[in-house]
Amino acid sequence: MKQSKNIYVWLLATNLFISAFTFGGGYIVVPMVRRFFVVKKQYFTEEDLINMAAIAQSTPGAIAINLSALAGYKVAGIMGVFISCFAAIIPPLVILGFVSAFYKIFISNIIIAAILKGMEAGVAALMVDLIVDMCSMILKKRSFFFSIMIPLSFIANFVLGINVALILLVCCFLCVLQVFYKKRKDK
Amino acid sequence: MNIVWKLFFVFFKIGLFSIGGGYAIIPLIQEQVVKSTGWISEKMFTDIITISQMTPGPLAVNTSTFVGLQISGIIGAIAATIGCILCGIIISLILYNFFQTHQKSTYVLEVLNGLKSASLGLIISASCTIILLALYGGNKSNLDFLALNWTALFMFLVMLFILRKWKINPIVIMLISGIAGLVFYS
Repeated sequence: MKQSKNIYVWLLATNLFISAFTFGGGYIVVPMVRRFFVVKKQYFTEEDLINMAAIAQSTPGAIAINLSALAGYKVAGIMGVFISCFAAIIPPLVILGFVSAFYKIFISNIIIAAILKGMEAGVAALMVDLIVDMCSMILKKRSFFFSIMIPLSFIANFVLGINVALILLVCCFLCVLQVFYKKRKDK
Repeated sequence: MNIVWKLFFVFFKIGLFSIGGGYAIIPLIQEQVVKSTGWISEKMFTDIITISQMTPGPLAVNTSTFVGLQISGIIGAIAATIGCILCGIIISLILYNFFQTHQKSTYVLEVLNGLKSASLGLIISASCTIILLALYGGNKSNLDFLALNWTALFMFLVMLFILRKWKINPIVIMLISGIAGLVFYS
């Protein structure tokens, strides 16, 4: 009992911390979760993290919240989900409550703008660091089909501006088709 | 209908249809809270986007909190935020359990592998937007060599080097880059 209580407290504190530093879009949560759940505590593996990130991305809603929920679930079940989500929404709630009261002053503050501009470079570095590790993990499996999928979905989204839901749907369809084709060949 | 319930349902709808997240869902939120309900003005919506970028948390969560606060105080903020995240959490859990229990099926396994690759491509896409924003100030039409923010590029490379070399805590990186921004830009 004491053990599980400790996990709850750890989940609450970690998620509060992560959420308070989620600047520049929800994706930054992926390297954060990796740092605390995978590297530090070893609650699950890097492979699990990629699975969870893929699911969090492929379902509706914010990837940050979905991933927190899944990580909490993996560590402490349904109770973990409640704690993680509660902790994930408290910082935005408190900070925005504070900001919305006098947001005109906040928007035009030079010091805040300078700090945020600096943080953009930090977020960019964190994302590149994560991408390098995740890419090498998928490329290590030496599957042409899954390797080529990475640049294809990137181009579809970044260059061609195709809707994310459509990209994921086409991806599922191609995977099913690929298995179907393989199975027929094996027979 | 009670305004708190209405907030919950409108943001439930936004949460349900916002696959992929990020800036792609801005038009959807705008349609719901500015045009169809008239809860906030166009000007205020633009301000919310700016504030969302300045404060931690996902855009959808920040917007729901802000709109909820404006419409009916703290209760409204909580209702809107829960509405916004509920759907994603439930579907994520169902999908996760589905993939866990059907691990033996080749179809399920390969679809999950495909989703991993595709979503990594999408993460790279989002990161490119972030990198452009950091290095060029979000001005996509002006990718000139001269328009490059050298300070930002230098900070980015130093931070990346530190990360690759020492695997430092992301929160420390955020703090260092914030302080560096304060020193270099103000």
